[in-house]
Amino acid sequence: MTDPALPALLALLLPACAFVILAVVAPLRRHGRAAAGLSVLFAAGALAAAIGALRLATRSGGFSEWLWAWIPAEAGPLATVGVLADGDSALMLVLVALISFLVQVYSLGYLSDETMPSLGRYYAYQSLFAFSMMGLVLAPNFAQLFICWELVGLCSYLLIGYWYTRPEAARAAVKAFWITKAADVGLLIGIVLLWRQTGTFDFLELLQMADTGAIPLAGLGVITFCIYLGASGKSAQFPFHIWLPDAMEGPTPVSALIHAATMVTAGVYLLTRTVWLFRLTPDVMQLIAWNGAFTALLAAVLACVQTDIKRVLAYSTVSQLGYMMAAIGAGFASAGFLHLLTHGIFKALLFLGAGAVIHAVGTNDIFRMGGLARTMPQTAIAFIVGTVSLAGVPFFAGFFSKEEILGAVLAGGFPGPFGMLLFVAFLTAFYMFRVVFVAFFGAAAAGHGTGDHHVHDAPPSMALPLGILALLSVGIGVLFAFWHPRAEFEELGWLTPTAVVVAFAGILFAYLVYQRRAVSADTLATIFGPIRAAALRRFWIDDIFAFVYRGPMLGLAKLVGWVDRYLVDGILNVLSAWTLTAGDRMRRIQSGRAQDYVYGIALGVLLLLVWVRWPR
Amino acid sequence: MGLNAYLTLAAVLFAIGFFGVVTRRNTVGILLGIELMLNAVNINLVAFARFNADIVGMIFTTFTIPITVAEVALGLAIVILIFRMKRTVVADHLDILKG
Repeated sequence: MTDPALPALLALLLPACAFVILAVVAPLRRHGRAAAGLSVLFAAGALAAAIGALRLATRSGGFSEWLWAWIPAEAGPLATVGVLADGDSALMLVLVALISFLVQVYSLGYLSDETMPSLGRYYAYQSLFAFSMMGLVLAPNFAQLFICWELVGLCSYLLIGYWYTRPEAARAAVKAFWITKAADVGLLIGIVLLWRQTGTFDFLELLQMADTGAIPLAGLGVITFCIYLGASGKSAQFPFHIWLPDAMEGPTPVSALIHAATMVTAGVYLLTRTVWLFRLTPDVMQLIAWNGAFTALLAAVLACVQTDIKRVLAYSTVSQLGYMMAAIGAGFASAGFLHLLTHGIFKALLFLGAGAVIHAVGTNDIFRMGGLARTMPQTAIAFIVGTVSLAGVPFFAGFFSKEEILGAVLAGGFPGPFGMLLFVAFLTAFYMFRVVFVAFFGAAAAGHGTGDHHVHDAPPSMALPLGILALLSVGIGVLFAFWHPRAEFEELGWLTPTAVVVAFAGILFAYLVYQRRAVSADTLATIFGPIRAAALRRFWIDDIFAFVYRGPMLGLAKLVGWVDRYLVDGILNVLSAWTLTAGDRMRRIQSGRAQDYVYGIALGVLLLLVWVRWPR
Repeated sequence: MGLNAYLTLAAVLFAIGFFGVVTRRNTVGILLGIELMLNAVNINLVAFARFNADIVGMIFTTFTIPITVAEVALGLAIVILIFRMKRTVVADHLDILKG
């Protein structure tokens, strides 16, 4: 067995089987623990298969494609489904399978208070998500990619709204769904336009056409822009980033899996996958780079003022996605993809750590935590490992990939975005260590650790995934320190020291403000008063969306409603009233007496005679 | 006597019959009126057969008379049934088809 497509297909089908079984066999689903066991088992199988696929793919070095005809047409199938297993997709597959498996294990502990039927529902959604995401990763063409793209959006909606009885969760689910959906329309238009230009959905065929210059360049900018629109919706780029912080209403493991490690990176993955297409349109690439850097900056500023631990992480995710996009826009997709992988690991770690904290403390507010390093040391260590990875401290996972991105952006000829991203690196270290110092080291805040709520480390089912991810974060960092993939560009000697200095400056600043309190946080707030106030209002971006929605959209809806209610319905009502009245009048002719009918017949015959005999 | 006399008789008879059908309140009376009208038609048929020397009118009449008898029998049966159910044979009261 040397074909990586076979284990990849296996990895794809295992979660699908789990979902189908849970969806069809209702008693199993209602018995939540059994459903969870089945789902975790299949996820473990998928992980093993994915690792097998990666080994085979790296050994063979090429790619392997298995296709089945889906939509038949006269000149060969119009669309196919199948798996395309190569180095990139196998790596991403392993990431998805790994995080999916760990999150499912973690959820056993995190959702132990749930009722059995809703736990079964949760695992059914989880399996469906794993299948959809793997289908997206392995998609050999745009058609399958789009279908899975929508499926992961659906799973995201279902899992954000998992606690659907809470109005905030239901609202957040709908918001996430509509905003990504609006962007997805762009993706769909882009795919169809691309198909009109080239006549194929297939990645490999398109790649060949792009290499030989067979893709007509006229109008290609619109196509790539539309595709980027879809990617920016999924990957929470400005201005579509507003759904991601609200998506934190879902259970924390869901945030870790879908809204940090896998689904939100689908946009980045798509751009990595089709970067040869984007290279043909430098304007769109520039837009991607600038918008990525801008998103990173915006989200980093927003993260600095959040007090909800999950929202800090959510904005940090947006910011890191901006990093990846900027690298792709600068023309070095591999740097973005590398950061996607490392970010997937340490951000999942951070979210799962935050989940353990929330599970123990019962609040999301970092200022109501404090001193957790003493009460839950394991979780604290895991969280700090994730934090230093994200902040870009050497020998941790995020350090190398972040530096790679900074180098890529500079090498791609974007000094502006480079400056922004360097500043974001400082902000990242600052806001992450703000969380660490406030929540884990500060004095224990009143309101927890007292009374009946005893704060303790996470149970084994939650601690195990944390430990594995923390080890991976360190392991990858150490691995990269000694051996790392060769960069596609000239590395600058001063970049590494600069990145390290910036990261440590951020950490030091956070230490001074929130630990030593050498600089008062209040003074800081007054210095950055206007920015802080604006950031607390999320820079009014949500309000603008709400205004656009409430003003023109609801106005139009009202107008259409009025026309429908009064004009269309009115005409119909008048017609029906006339018909009713006429019928009522006509009814009286029917006396029911036979003799009246005889009169009628006689009159009719008479009229008939007159008509026949009338002189013409 | 010429054809006109027969036709006049038939017309008068038909008119009397029609008058009976539309004015009588009793259902049996209405049936009688119908009989008169039918026989007026018979007179017409026979008269035309006689004056046009065409046997067909006669033959037709010999069919009409038994059919009329059957119709009267059926009509009376219906009237009796109506009387059993409604306890009345007055035509004005039989208006269940009123709209």
